[in-house]
Amino acid sequence: MRLGFFRRRSAPVARERLQILLEFERRADGTDLLALLRDEIITVIGKHVTLEPDKVQVKIDRGKNVSMLEVDVEVPNSDGALHATLIRAM
Amino acid sequence: MGKVVVVTSGKGGVGKTTSTAALGAELARSGQKVVVIDFDVGLRNLDLVMGAERRVVFDFVNVVQGAAKLTQALIRDKRVETLFLLPASQTRDKEALTEDGVARVIRELRQKFDWVICDSPAGIERGATLAMRHADTAIVVTNPEVSSVRDSDRMIGLLDAKTEKAEKGERIEKHLLLTRYDAGRASRGEMLNVEDVLEILSTSLLGIIPESEEVLRASNFGCPITISNPASGPARAYADAARRLKGETVAMNIPNGRRGILNKLFGRRAA
Repeated sequence: MRLGFFRRRSAPVARERLQILLEFERRADGTDLLALLRDEIITVIGKHVTLEPDKVQVKIDRGKNVSMLEVDVEVPNSDGALHATLIRAM
Repeated sequence: MGKVVVVTSGKGGVGKTTSTAALGAELARSGQKVVVIDFDVGLRNLDLVMGAERRVVFDFVNVVQGAAKLTQALIRDKRVETLFLLPASQTRDKEALTEDGVARVIRELRQKFDWVICDSPAGIERGATLAMRHADTAIVVTNPEVSSVRDSDRMIGLLDAKTEKAEKGERIEKHLLLTRYDAGRASRGEMLNVEDVLEILSTSLLGIIPESEEVLRASNFGCPITISNPASGPARAYADAARRLKGETVAMNIPNGRRGILNKLFGRRAA
């Protein structure tokens, strides 16, 4: 059976994935952007409320035209039950 | 003054050593004086691919540390008399190559040879940065495959930042050598094609080496493919690449790129 005929061409997928990834990696210039953002967010928010560093999560979902940056900060109840999630386009 | 070339890739197993041997041998065959240097301290292999593994007495580390003279460590090829190998050390630790020592040896080789070709280890660690440090020209070996292309992009960034030329504000010449290329698969959309890779990496193309059984056969025999089978597809592609490296203009053939109508009808794979 010749499945090959019906299969999707894989090279265009490889090409697009690489283009998205490399555009991001070149901008990052070898630095770990997410770790940097996470550290700075912890510093900024930590000035005002008590934070547990491992309760701060920074994620990114890279798309072709727009990327979603998701920042999830969990703050203990003693500081007034604040749970903020920020999602914005990059 | 000779030209220093680094053959690099980031990713392992894409054909740096094979390409170093093939290009070095081809340049030497054309009468140029060539030395190929193995920078992969601890995991040397260029000696094996060149068929000189039983003739290694002194190595690069011995020379860098002053324990041996350059003339004692250089191994002259038995087939092409203007081709020399400076083997890596097999046992010593990776810190054994000092920056000053490497600079001194490269300076000395530049005086004696037309081409100094540095076979870089995989990765982005010290060995790889030392290998590219003094290069005038870089050959980035890339397979038409996502992980290899990504790593090549990373290496191109490093070449523009970490080489002596880049630090002096000069431009390091960079060329892409696309290896293990299967034109049939690329034309069917099963493999990144030449245009894809060139567009993604935006680097000039030195050559396209076709995927071929002949490459393994040559390394089994310990003979650069440009010497062992100069008429083969990969050897001819390496020969063209060597001429481009010398500054000649050579039309770029996509090896096995055009399948004849008969081949298509009978579904024969390009050899």
